[in-house]
Amino acid sequence: MVVEKPSLETVWGWLHAVPDPEIPVISLTDLGIIRDVQWQDDTLEVTVTPTYSGCPATTIINLDIETALRGHGIEKLALKRQLSPAWTSDWMTDAGRAKLESYGIAPPQPAGGPERCPRCKSTQLEKISQFGSTPCKAQWRCTDCLEPFDYFKCI
Amino acid sequence: MSTSQTEPNKGELFEFLCRMGDNTLVLGHRVSEWCGHAPVLEEDIALANTALDLIGQTTLWLDLAGKVEDAGRDADRLAFHRDVWDFRNLLLVEQPNGDFGQTIMRQFLFDAWHLSQLTALMESSDAQIAAIAEKSSKEVTYHLERATDTVIGLGDGTDESHRRMQNALDLLWPYVGEMFVADAVDEAMVAAGIAPDPASLRPAYDTLVNDVFTAATLTKPQDDFGHRGGKSGKRHSEHLGHMLTQMQWLQRAYPDATW
Repeated sequence: MVVEKPSLETVWGWLHAVPDPEIPVISLTDLGIIRDVQWQDDTLEVTVTPTYSGCPATTIINLDIETALRGHGIEKLALKRQLSPAWTSDWMTDAGRAKLESYGIAPPQPAGGPERCPRCKSTQLEKISQFGSTPCKAQWRCTDCLEPFDYFKCI
Repeated sequence: MSTSQTEPNKGELFEFLCRMGDNTLVLGHRVSEWCGHAPVLEEDIALANTALDLIGQTTLWLDLAGKVEDAGRDADRLAFHRDVWDFRNLLLVEQPNGDFGQTIMRQFLFDAWHLSQLTALMESSDAQIAAIAEKSSKEVTYHLERATDTVIGLGDGTDESHRRMQNALDLLWPYVGEMFVADAVDEAMVAAGIAPDPASLRPAYDTLVNDVFTAATLTKPQDDFGHRGGKSGKRHSEHLGHMLTQMQWLQRAYPDATW
């Protein structure tokens, strides 16, 4: 029997289906933390960069990647951690940003604050705290609909 | 950094990495002591997040220290199986939390140094150190921004918040000097192009903190006397030992416990 190695495109497709453990509405590829996928002989090497150095989701993410790829029959797998270049919220895909907003989390903006309320779309906003429910988020509030919401920090 | 570089010995590099990792470990633990006790919920979350960043950075620094030492110790082993005399953190970060003002002042005085140290380390001749610095600097930029805003808000706030911030500054200023005094380990790092001369960071630090204290209506103490002995490990304050009995109790009571 000849076992063909799955193409890299196929592997990226599988990874695209792995949700972020903290914000399951977006996938790991939406988040931009999978930096590379390579075959080194018959070992699949996946390079992952952490969002925040102390983020507890990092170990879960590695576990989820491994579980997903093993589920697709990958036997030899190596996960590499890459610190540099450091992850930036600019690597989040447009699709990921749209999914975040419809989930109620304002996507990161270069200006350093949310563009509009993810619920009523008002631009009348105020910051509650520079930090939020996870390392990657801050708390803001809409002064029109008065709803507080998470803002995905721009780093 | 410098073009003619001398390789540091393994022991010096290990010392330097322990200094970086012990600063973030001890401050991270101190800040985490606030979890569930902060004056308002948003501050509780902010403090816990800051502590989390610092502990995450600790893992990077101490894991690298363990690899350099090559004696089978990883970050956990270094964090939980050393006693006071083996810690290499600045005296500033082991000082007790005190009131909220004291915690924020300690954070500001440290963050202002930490960010300029990390910015310089991004140019390190050691690629692994440069990578950790690059990652950490993004988080620390955020810490410094928040600490700066909070020092100004509380210093230029009510009579009571002003008084508490001035007391905190008077109490903690004598721990600032240690950050900028070089010893043999620092000199070896400079010679190898690994880290900046600590004294070279002082002018920008002074400019930054002076501007913030002016905006915060706080008065910097005239006396520049600085306590020393933390980063060399020669003379920690009595507070570190008490902190370690809390931080390390599980590994002391049940060595090598896993779950």
